[in-house]
Amino acid sequence: MIVARALIPGTLAFIAAAALAPALPAWLISLATVAFSNALVVLGLIILWRAGLVPFGQALFYAVGAYAVALIGRYTPVRDAFALIAAGALLACLVAFLVGFLLARYREIFFSMLSLAMSMILYGALVKTETLGSTDGFGVEPPTYLGYAPEGAMQHLVLFWVVLAFGAAAALLVFFYFRSIAGALAVPVRDSEIRLEFLGVSVNRLVHLNLMIAGTLAGIGGALAALAIEHVDPNMAYWTTSGGFVFVTILAGAGTIAGSFIGSFVFELLKSVAYDLLPGTWQIFLGAALLVTILFLPEGLGSLFVRLRRASPQSKGAAP
Amino acid sequence: MLTAFAIATDGLVYAAYLFLVAVGLSLIFGVMKILNVTHGSFYAFGAYGAAVAVGMYFDRGLPAAGGFLLMVLVAAAVGLVLGLILERGLLRLFYGKDEIIVVLVTYAAFLILEDVIRLVFGATSYTLYQPLGAAGTLDVGTFVLSGYDILLVALATLVALGASIALKYTRWGHLLTVVIFDRELAAAVGINVSAVYTITFIAGAMLGALGGAAMAPKIAVTLGIGVEVIVLAFAVVAIGGMGSIGGAFVSALIVGECRAAAVHLAPQVELFVVYAVMALVLIFRPQGLFTRAQPRKI
Repeated sequence: MIVARALIPGTLAFIAAAALAPALPAWLISLATVAFSNALVVLGLIILWRAGLVPFGQALFYAVGAYAVALIGRYTPVRDAFALIAAGALLACLVAFLVGFLLARYREIFFSMLSLAMSMILYGALVKTETLGSTDGFGVEPPTYLGYAPEGAMQHLVLFWVVLAFGAAAALLVFFYFRSIAGALAVPVRDSEIRLEFLGVSVNRLVHLNLMIAGTLAGIGGALAALAIEHVDPNMAYWTTSGGFVFVTILAGAGTIAGSFIGSFVFELLKSVAYDLLPGTWQIFLGAALLVTILFLPEGLGSLFVRLRRASPQSKGAAP
Repeated sequence: MLTAFAIATDGLVYAAYLFLVAVGLSLIFGVMKILNVTHGSFYAFGAYGAAVAVGMYFDRGLPAAGGFLLMVLVAAAVGLVLGLILERGLLRLFYGKDEIIVVLVTYAAFLILEDVIRLVFGATSYTLYQPLGAAGTLDVGTFVLSGYDILLVALATLVALGASIALKYTRWGHLLTVVIFDRELAAAVGINVSAVYTITFIAGAMLGALGGAAMAPKIAVTLGIGVEVIVLAFAVVAIGGMGSIGGAFVSALIVGECRAAAVHLAPQVELFVVYAVMALVLIFRPQGLFTRAQPRKI
């Protein structure tokens, strides 16, 4: 019952977003499409964050997902969006599985740094490889959806719905993962690994599993982002991209699933508004926003809602 | 044989560059346990400052030796101002928070400083060509070595020697060592840890700016030069062992030579050879090559 009640606001929000989409301006749709694609990556970061891990190289999996989509579109006749996204997810999962053997042994700042090194290796490889488009990258072919090929404005709308569906599915799965034993163990990992090991839990395997989940989510996010942006380039693997994801995680607040979507959307909005109003100085704006968040909202935007929810019954109780 | 010589010398010059940009980062991490992303901004400000000030100096036709001195002075001034503002005005608010949170704070400061550079120096790129000419060249058999490169290697060696002598034999060095070893104990025996932090951060900032100033003649000083330096410096520091100056020195040499070898023998891997070395070292030595064993805390 409690589980069901927790899901209601999220479900309503997704239905509302899907229903309102045709009435919204095109720029908002494309902004939200990219934002919700990136929200999947942030969802993965939140899973790792719960175990006390902050990867500065999550763009590795993001770029793997994006390039998988772009390369398959370029060299094979496959155009189906779901097949492309599945390929991106699988490849990212495989990379996460392999890299995980190494990364899962590290914690704290060393984990962050090694993850950064991994993503920079991919960046270097992408920049130097002509067949992978080198520094310019290359365009992504427009996809079809189970045989349906939308045209004109419908292209963006359909993609938005697809992204929304993936977002909802991922949010739901992560919601249940957090309630599973493996998911619940992440917090003790942060508190004391040695206690967990004495209880008979392999912390490394747990971290490895979390890495693979986060990597797969980032792969799906990258695949969706590639379809949304219609272009891939090596900057998708650069450390500033990873930095952006960590930024959103802070903004969102690592506690909540809804926060990753709201935070991602606010971040994209902030970025484009700042970029429009202050073309030369938008990074000042972003940096200041990050500082203010860390100073005054250390639990992120999500905590605002939690606070409101907690505050309202109290105020009711206080009024006679 | 010729290639071997070219790799050795190129590697040495690149190692000098890597050490200059990494040593300040390593110092700040060793003492304050802060992974300082703004180090890239120090580098950029140092490069811009030197490009403008030293360029103007040489345009007047004044003696070359003064120009090189001015480079160092500009770096010191940049480091003093930026270091003081950042440490006293910003980082102080976040001491005691999670290491990762402090990294993000410096990341935010880095974003802000990137645009401050654009506001102060504009979007045009600067080139500082005079010092290269002033330093001349040196013929070694069939090879022509740039005099400026030799100066760069000498500067890096000087900084390395100076830092290790200062740490081992001066009062300040001893105080630093105590703070590095155990901050609480240092405070308990009456060391002003707060002042040590401020001075360390300023020193680190000066070293970062010095790296930028020294590299200014060799690069096009343009927007975004700090971005790449950060990850490079991180890699060097991670290989050497976080907080170890000697480690940064050895690590810079290894990485410098590896990269030079890659440039001459396998140009495709040039861009990521640094990170490949880093991953390889961290697989076998997770804490880096030179680092004190940490006691396991329960």
